[in-house]
Formats: sequence, C-alpha cells, structure tokens
Amino acid sequence: MNTQLGFLLNWGRKFCKIVTEGVLKHIMDPALISPASAAFLGIPTKIFSILIPIIGIGIFAFIMVRRISPLVKAAPDERFDRIAQRFGSVFKIWLAQWRQPRYMLAGMLHILIFAGFIILGARSTQLVILGFSENFVLPGFDGRLGHIYNFLKDYAATWVLIACIIAAIRRGIFKPQRYAVPPRYGKGHSAEAIFVLGLISMLMISESLFEASLTAAQVQKGIHAEFLPPLTLAWLFSHMLAGASLASLQGLHLIAYFIHDLTFFFFLCFLPFGKHFHVITSLFNVFFMRLDRGNIKPVRYGVADEKLDELESFGVKLLEDFTWKHILDFYTCADCGRCSDRCPANAVGRPLSPRFISIKGRDDTYRKYPLIGSNSGDSKPLIGDIYSEDEIWSCTTCGACEQECPLGIEYIDKIVDLRRGMVDEGNVPQSLQKPLGALEKRGNPWGKMEKKRADWTKELGEDCTVKILGKNKTAETLYFTDSISSFDDRMQAIARSTAKILDGAGIDFGILGEAEKDSGHEARRFGEEMLFQDLKDQNTEAILNSGVEKIVTADPHAFNALKKDYTEIPPVEHISQVIVRSVKSGKLRLKPVEDSSKIYVYHDPCYLGRHNNLYDDPRNAVDAIPRLKRVEMEGNCRDRSFCCGGGGLMLFYEPEEEQRMGVLRVQMAKEAGANVIIAACPFCLVNIEDAIKVSGLESQMEAIDLCELVVRHIIF
Amino acid sequence: MAGQVFAYIIHREGIADDSALELITAARKIFPAAPLTAVVTGSGGNLDAVCNEMAASYNEVWKFDHEALAYPNAEVIRKLLVNTLPGDAVVLLPHNTFGMDLAPGLSIKMDSAFVADVVDIEGLEGDTLNVIRQEYSGQVSTHVTCDISAGVVLNIRAGVFQADESKAAGGQVVDKSGETGDLSAVRKFLEIVEAEVGDVDITKEDILVSIGRGIEDEDNIEIADELAEAIGGVVSCSRPIVDAKWLEKSRQVGTSGKTVKPKVYLALGISGSFQHLGGLKGNPFIVAVNKNPKAPIFQVADVGVVEDLLEFVPVLTEKIQTG
Amino acid sequence: MEILVCVKRVPDTAENEIEVNRDGSDIERDDLVYSVNEWDNYAVEEAIQIVDRVGGSVTVVSVGDEESEEVVRREMAMGANNGILVSDDAFEGSDGKGIAALLKGAVEKGTYDLILTGAQADDGAGQVGGMLAAMLDMTYASVVNYIEVLDNRKLKVGREIEGGNVEMNEIELPCVLSIQTGINEPRYVGIRGIRKVASVDIPVWGSSELGIDAASIGESGAKVKRVDYFVPELGEGAEILEGSMEEIADKLIELLKAKGGIK
Repeated sequence: MNTQLGFLLNWGRKFCKIVTEGVLKHIMDPALISPASAAFLGIPTKIFSILIPIIGIGIFAFIMVRRISPLVKAAPDERFDRIAQRFGSVFKIWLAQWRQPRYMLAGMLHILIFAGFIILGARSTQLVILGFSENFVLPGFDGRLGHIYNFLKDYAATWVLIACIIAAIRRGIFKPQRYAVPPRYGKGHSAEAIFVLGLISMLMISESLFEASLTAAQVQKGIHAEFLPPLTLAWLFSHMLAGASLASLQGLHLIAYFIHDLTFFFFLCFLPFGKHFHVITSLFNVFFMRLDRGNIKPVRYGVADEKLDELESFGVKLLEDFTWKHILDFYTCADCGRCSDRCPANAVGRPLSPRFISIKGRDDTYRKYPLIGSNSGDSKPLIGDIYSEDEIWSCTTCGACEQECPLGIEYIDKIVDLRRGMVDEGNVPQSLQKPLGALEKRGNPWGKMEKKRADWTKELGEDCTVKILGKNKTAETLYFTDSISSFDDRMQAIARSTAKILDGAGIDFGILGEAEKDSGHEARRFGEEMLFQDLKDQNTEAILNSGVEKIVTADPHAFNALKKDYTEIPPVEHISQVIVRSVKSGKLRLKPVEDSSKIYVYHDPCYLGRHNNLYDDPRNAVDAIPRLKRVEMEGNCRDRSFCCGGGGLMLFYEPEEEQRMGVLRVQMAKEAGANVIIAACPFCLVNIEDAIKVSGLESQMEAIDLCELVVRHIIF
Repeated sequence: MAGQVFAYIIHREGIADDSALELITAARKIFPAAPLTAVVTGSGGNLDAVCNEMAASYNEVWKFDHEALAYPNAEVIRKLLVNTLPGDAVVLLPHNTFGMDLAPGLSIKMDSAFVADVVDIEGLEGDTLNVIRQEYSGQVSTHVTCDISAGVVLNIRAGVFQADESKAAGGQVVDKSGETGDLSAVRKFLEIVEAEVGDVDITKEDILVSIGRGIEDEDNIEIADELAEAIGGVVSCSRPIVDAKWLEKSRQVGTSGKTVKPKVYLALGISGSFQHLGGLKGNPFIVAVNKNPKAPIFQVADVGVVEDLLEFVPVLTEKIQTG
Repeated sequence: MEILVCVKRVPDTAENEIEVNRDGSDIERDDLVYSVNEWDNYAVEEAIQIVDRVGGSVTVVSVGDEESEEVVRREMAMGANNGILVSDDAFEGSDGKGIAALLKGAVEKGTYDLILTGAQADDGAGQVGGMLAAMLDMTYASVVNYIEVLDNRKLKVGREIEGGNVEMNEIELPCVLSIQTGINEPRYVGIRGIRKVASVDIPVWGSSELGIDAASIGESGAKVKRVDYFVPELGEGAEILEGSMEEIADKLIELLKAKGGIK
C-alpha cells in the first residue's frame, strides 16, 4: 500500500512541476486547483473532464442500444402488471438485498458493496460534474445533508474497499467451490471477478485520494478543511499526506481525479460485457421478476389456449424465441453460483447447472448480437448448439434455483419453453415417448386401463366406502387421486389412507373414477402443452359434472396443477390442510404415537413447499400426533428442501447421473438424526423408499406418507 | 395331395444347426412316413461333412456345391430352391433371421402357401394343414389352417420340436451341384460385422441371472448383480435391456443376442418371448420370477415364483448371503 | 429418393393383457387402444431420415379398416409427405399374401425407389415385406438395422443376425427392406403434430382403384386362415412355488443348491 502510494506521490510531484508551477502562485483559494481549472501542457484539463464523460456515455449508450436489440426481437412477455407488488419486490429483493444473507459471508460482502454503490452514486455523479464545473454540489447537498452525506460516503468508500479486498482474497485464494467452472463450460470466471474488484477498489482509492489531497493541502495552508471522518480511507490518506508538498498534493489531486473519472467510465462501459452487467440490469430484472410460483408461462403471451393451434411454432428453438425478460435474465446473471449450488440435478452430476443456462445464454446472445457488425443471421437452434437435450430434460422443476437467485432470474419457464421446442420438433427421449403416448391414449403414463382407475378402493373394505361421482352421484368434496396413487401398487396405500382420513373427518367426498385423467402436471412441465390442455379439458369437464364444491388431493403435483394450471374448477386443498383443520375442530382425534422410539423428519415436497408455500400445515399435521418426536433437516428444509428426484414423467426419464437425488436426501435425513422420513407426496415416497434400498439403509431408515402416518393414529 | 418334403439345413463350420434335426420331428407331424429330403448348400470346405451327417437322419440329401452358395444369401438360396424343387414341395425352414429372410418370398415364387413361426403342428386333413401359432408375444395362441395343395413353406420355431436323434434314415447324398440354374443376385453379401466383445462371455457361464423389462429401472440392475454375486453367476439380459442401453449387447440372450448353455438360468422379470428363449440351449434348469402369472416364461421354466422381482430377489439374496 | 413405407395399426400391448373373447373368435378388443406397429414406426423414421439426407419424399400406406387412417395420419404428422389408405370390405380376412398383393397394387400406382416395412408386428408373421418384394420382383432384405445410401442406385444394408452380428449387403434399388427396431430413435408425435395434418386428405383405395379382383383377395382368396384364438394350456409348465416370500426363497435355495445353482 505504502509503496504504491509513494510511487503515486513521486509521480505526482513530477507531474505537478510541469503542469501547475506557474499557476499556483496566482491562486490562493481554494487550496488546490480543481480539475475544472487546471491545465496540462497548456491544455485546460477541463477539456478532458468534459470529453471523458461524453465519450464514456456515448460508448455506453451505443453498447446499451446493441444490448437491447435482442430484447426487442424477443418473444413478448407480460411484466407490467401488479406494479405495486413489483415495487415491493424491488424494495425487498433489490434494495434490501433480502436473499443475500442466505449465503452469509458472500451475502454480507455484497450488501456492503451494494450499499456503498448506492451511497457513492451521488458522489460519483458530483465528481464527474466537478471536472468541468467548479465547486459543483448536487442539489440539496449543500447544507447539513451534504455534511452528513460526506461523512457517510467516506465510510462507504472505506467499507467497500475492505469488502473488495476480502472478496478478492476469497475468490483468489480460498476459491469457494461454487465458483468453479467445470471444463465443459469453458474457462473460470475468477479473473474477471478479481479485475472488477480491482476496478471498484481503484474507484474507492482514487475518490479518497482526491478528497484527502485537498484536505491535506487545506490543512497545510491553514484554510478551513473539510472534516474527514476518523478511520476512513480519506482520513487515513490525509494523515499520510500531511507532510507532502503542496505541489505533490496538487498533482495527486488531479491524477486521482482523472483516474477516478477514467475508471468510472471504463467500468460503466465494461459492465455490459460480463457478469457485472447486473449492476445495471438488476433493478429492472427484479422489477420484472415472476411474482407467482408453481405456474408455467403460456406458450406465447397474448395467445389464448384455444388459439394455440394457430401458432406456427411452439416453445423456444432459437434465441429470439425466449421472452425479453428471459434474455434480460441472461444479462443479469451475476454468476454467483447459488442456483447451481442448490440445484439437485447439479448435485447428483446430471448435465445441468442452472448457472450455465444463464451464462451460456448470455454468451450466445453476445455472439449473435455483437457490438460491431450485423446481428448474426445464422440462427442455429439452441438445442445441440449451446444447450444439450439431456441438460434440458435433467431439470425436476423443483424451483430451488429460483428460490435462491438474489436477482430474480427464472429457470423453470425457460426449461419448459425449451422442452416445448423439442417436443414440437419431435425431439423427445424414447424413455419419455411411451408414457406420453400412454397419457394421450389412456390418461395415465403407464397405459393402464381406465376402468381400473378406481380399483384401489376395492381393498378398503366396508368401513369406508368411496363414492364414484358422476351425473347421478355427487358429494361436497372431490378427492382428486391422480395417476400414481390410483395405479401404483404401493402408492394406492396413500389413496386409501386419504380416503380414510376424509371419511374419519366426516367429509362427504367421492372420486371421479374412470372419468379422472392424469392431472397433466408433468405433461405440461415436460413441454407437451397440447396433451396437458387435453387432459385439463377432460378433467375440468368431469369435475364440473360431478357438482362438487371443493377439491382435496394428497398429491402435491395434482394440487399444484389444479391450483395453478386449471382455471374453472372449485377451490383446491391439500390433505394436510384438511387434517390440521379437522384436528383443530375435534373431528379427527389422534392417539399418541405408536412407536415413541422413532425419530421423524418431514421432507418438504417441492410442489407443496416452494411452489405453494405450504410448510407449516404438514408439520402441524404431524405434530398433532401426541408424543411424536420430530427433527428438521436444518439448512435443507422448508424453502431449502432438496428434491427427492422428481415426480411424474421424471420417473420414466433416464438421466445420466452419478447418484440419485433421493440417496442424498436420505443421507440428509440420517444426519439430522431421523429414522423415519415423512413424505407428503407419492413421488417423494417412491424416490425416498428406493433411495433407502439403494443406500442399503433398510434396517435403519424408513419412509412413510403423511396420510399413512396420520391414519394409523386416528381414533375412529 | 402335397408333394415331396424338403428341409433346408443351416450349418456353420461343418456343423449343422440344431434346427436340422428339429425340422424332422416337425415334418413327421405332417407326414408320419413320407421320405424327407435335406437341402444342403455351400461351397467346398466342410460341405460334405454336413451332407454325410444329414444322410444319417434324412432319406435323401441334396448337395449343392457352388461358389455363389459360399454364404447363404437368401436371394441366391431362393433362386436355387425355385430352380430345383418341385412346384408343390413342402419346404421346412427354421424361423430365424435366415428363415424370415428367405421364406416369404420363396412362397410367392413357388406359388405356395406360407405359415411363419409355427409352434405346433396338429396334422393334415386332406390338403388342409392344421398348425398352431402365437400372437402378441405369446400371450395368445391361434389355430391356423393352411391349404397346401399347391405346396407350402413352413417356418418352424426353434426349440419347440424335439430334435430327432434316431439317425436311422440311412439316406444318400445326391450331388445336384450341376443343376443349380441361374444364381445371379442383385443383393450382394459383403461381410459380417461381429458384435462387440463385452467384458464377460455369457456363453461360457454355468449360472446366469438374466433380467428383463421387469427390472424397471437401470438402477435396479444392482439387485441382479448382488444375486449373481451371491450364487456365483453372471448377469445376462433380454433385448429390451440392451435397447435401453442398460447393459451391453454382449450380455443379451436371444436370437438377436448370444446363444447360451448354462446349467441354471434365472429369468427375472423376463416374459419369455421366443426370440429370447431361442438363445437358451442345453436344457438348463430354469427359474422364472415374474409378477405376471400368465407370462409365457412359466411355460418353459422348471420352477416359477409369482412375485415382483424387485421385492423377492433382495430377500432371496439376503438369505443366500446369510447362508 | 421416393420411399413408400407400409404401416399397420395394431393393439397397443405394452400394458394391456391380451385376452381371448368368449367364443375364441377374436381377442377382447373393448379395452384396447391402438397405435402404429412399433417396427413400422422405426421404418417411417428411417425413411424420413433418408429423405432428409438425400431428398425425395415419403409416402405411407396402410391396409386396413377405416380406423387405420389414424395411423397413416400419425405417420404423416411425423413427417411423411403423403398417405394412402387401402381399404375395402372385400379385403377383410386377407392372409399375408393377400395383403402383399394389395400393397403391390398400391406400389404400382406410383414410382418408388425404396419400399420399407416393419420387420414384424405383434399380431403378424413378419411375412408381408418378403412377399411384396417377390411379387414386385424386387430385392429384399429383412431385419434391417442399418441403411447407408451409397449413391442413387445402391444401398449398403445391415441385417441383424444371430449373436448380435450384422450381415452387410450391397443392394441395388429399387428394393424392399423390413426394418428392425433400434435402427434409429423415432421422433415424438404429439397431439399438436396430428392436428396439423388433421385436414390433409388421405385417399382411400378400394378394389376398383387398385384394379384388383376382389375374389383373389380377402377370405375367399386366403390359403392361410386363422380359425380361432385360445390361451395355451399351461400344461407341464413351471412348478409354482407357494407361500410367503421368505418361504419361497427358502424352497428356491434348496432347489438351486440341488441343481448346482449356488456355487
């Protein structure tokens, strides 16, 4: 630090002699000649301080125009609704940096740097104008506010520099795993990160030197000096410069100014080239971020479901098929790696890392829309060029990435849009073609006969009869069973437990039987929109026909589909909500836990938790069983739950992976000290039970569905 | 009345295929006493050895030695048979990839009837031959009648008729090499591309743990691996497993895979299509585990377990491991 | 290259147990769903891929009842350019040779360099391709799992033979090939694809269009007739082990030990 400073001082001294010796004598006040009045080799430096911003802003404007051009060509998106809510998310997620502390160290560093940027924005603006307008002060900053501001900004510059140094050490020496770039995605991005940290540090140092040199000169000349807050960078510098000659200080003052000016505009123009574009775009990206969870974007905004047949093409095939918000997402990705760090597909070695969906998308956008030269006409399909098929099929749509992203970048809709494009081209893995065909023909992915859909009720016995609803038979509540609980031998137990709970709670309910089709939840998320629409229409008709007033389901995927994807049906509840309410009202009475030596843990299904915010009801339902001991998978529960491996069609897909997600999940449960994992989703149960077997933990761990657990404890 | 009965003999490296003697049994179910003629084609080498071997079982052996017959190109063989056999001949072929290649066209050129993949023969009533076939992967059988007055080509499923080992025909070899007629062909045989050699040779194993569709998921193959390890066997499979790329082609048992001769064969979740069973020779002790009690595999197995292999096999393995 | 692909509509047997109806005259069809024969689907995909490489067009033809139009349409949604349905009440009961004769009639109404069929069907005998080739005096190769277009007159064709080996042949066009599964990865056809071709006109050719004497076709012309369906007697099938899973395992271990099945 000292040698650098010494070098600057020396250099400044020489510079000074050439530039300002003559001028100095004539001007007594202010202490140093400002950049607006100084001259270099007879040329007023004002010229530079005017030219630098003009050129800088000119280049920046040019770059931005080029960067915006793909957004203009992109598919439409509807992001101007619910403005108040959008300002709310800007306040919370952008300004208050709400999601940053989820990664504590990096988050705090970011908050410090971000807060510094916000504070120093005014100072930087002032500095730029000071270069050609002597004694310029931003409006409103001339009185007391100005003093408070100056006080604050000196501390801000200091903590930003410290944060940058820590961040650089962290990046350069400790190298957290999540920043690593696997070889297939190219070179690492740490050099860029450290370079930018350097630029920021440069801004902080030069700003402080500019200020400190003036103060030191003022002190030397006995003029009233600006108060420098103790222990700030400027304060430190002014003390170090106390002994320097006026000439040196004058040189340093001007050098610091122009270093700051150049760095500032260089930084501005450098931002749109890499991951620091978020400095500019984040505000907008957060404003436009998705406000709903669990839903899927329409095939094309502005085209109603009934008009889908008229569309020439479905989904994303070329870059421009993405919506403008999705391309803005690419620009905004700060490469922080949190999405991929939480991505279960990435964790098990599937060829998907959400971070690189963005980074590759961004690089492709830059390639196809270069700054100089024409927008590339060779629009190659994205699949096979920058994304691989397996990469796109690997996503379980669990939503962990979107939950984590501090910038409001979305992935599920992009993945679904890319899948829609592949489906439209017939590019679907063989392993998925059979279940899709069966869904089309038989309304369930196994191709089982429709007439066997209600067969699970046969084993219920006479204590609990399940009505099959139709024209002549109605009930207040429909239990929407969905395919897996209807047909899978093991999962039928969930259906039977659900029926017994509803019966025990005295609810007048029935099922659709043969008339029920798969909810189509996964068909839609696997990109087969028309198949989904078909299933939706058939189910909607059957539901409306049945005359029910409410719908209950025990399958979170069905729950999410009925709630988010269906529009004209009665309100939908998850069975856990019914259980909690019935226990409260006394309609369901539960006896103490059968085996009190067991330690239970609740696994949040993605489509109950993250996508529908149902975290507490299932837990309360479990806790309603007296004396049941329950632990949490701390750090991996609630909105940080780890996907079991995916439901629906994901059961049929054969991903390349090193291990199963379920195996990792079982490990987490084990580490939490549990020996029974409670799932509230048939797919979770399939995956977790399999994972227990695969891990060879049959003797130590077991899995049970929430409904099965509750039913065992009902006092009938 | 149908004409003379011919069987086409497939042979490799001087040894006749198992089908050569099975076709005799099949023919006897149509004509209990009629003389049978074997047609043996080739070019030099071991051809005589095959002819002599066949003469023990067939009343007559027609030998065709011609350079165009060096490789059994179905198009060339078809021409040969059309040129040399009587128009109302009864021709028996094995229902394998060669028979499937040759027979349908042969029946057209000879203007005779054709029945593919015959699994049983009930007999002849006048000119009507009654046979049994299977459909839908063996889930149902059908009675089929066939008018053989103008001759017939019958493709006989491998392994369903016992080989006739009596070798008491005392037949003679008739060299008909001069009567082949025009054997020019538009389809030219180039080469055989051998299947990749895998890490294990399932054809040399005594104990095979073979898996089929019932394994459901690639990850479940471990279940079979563990059983194989416990009993000292090796894992093999049926075609769908290879199609799904879960195991290498070299592990596939069946007509399009390897022919194996183990002592014990555990068929786990294998329905038992004839293409699969066609690769199983040497009368092994077959144990079938399948949750579908109607699976055809139970018809050929010695012992059956009607359970889901995913549940049953781990139990079995554990019991074996714990002794 | 002008390619004709012959396709068949068959019951989808993947998850459906095929059962025989009461009088054995047919299988129980009430709860069946139908689709294009799997092997034929591979053949259509292969044809489309060949045309993508060397140009030309793909025509799909099916012999069957009116319902078979559905599979022709599906294959057109897949990418076939034209579709033809060969259908006439007089064709009912045709044997393999009858079907081949009908297809011959259809082939002769056009000009094709290459004709593809599936190697077999679940309810068939794997015979029509070979018969059709012989009737047309074209070269034939069955169970094809590899096709390479050498030039506009020649193909290199691989046949899947025993032991997983491949028999390579050089074949001159025009020819008939029967296609084995696994030769390619057929593309997916969704509802959207089918709707796109929903209004495409598919000509229906009966005996008059094909100029075929109805008497030579159909049941009357068939030499091979299916009399009935039946479920094979289990007879001397496997000895089914009974009991709990544990008990079965114990019994099985005994048997395996006796047969040298446990080393």
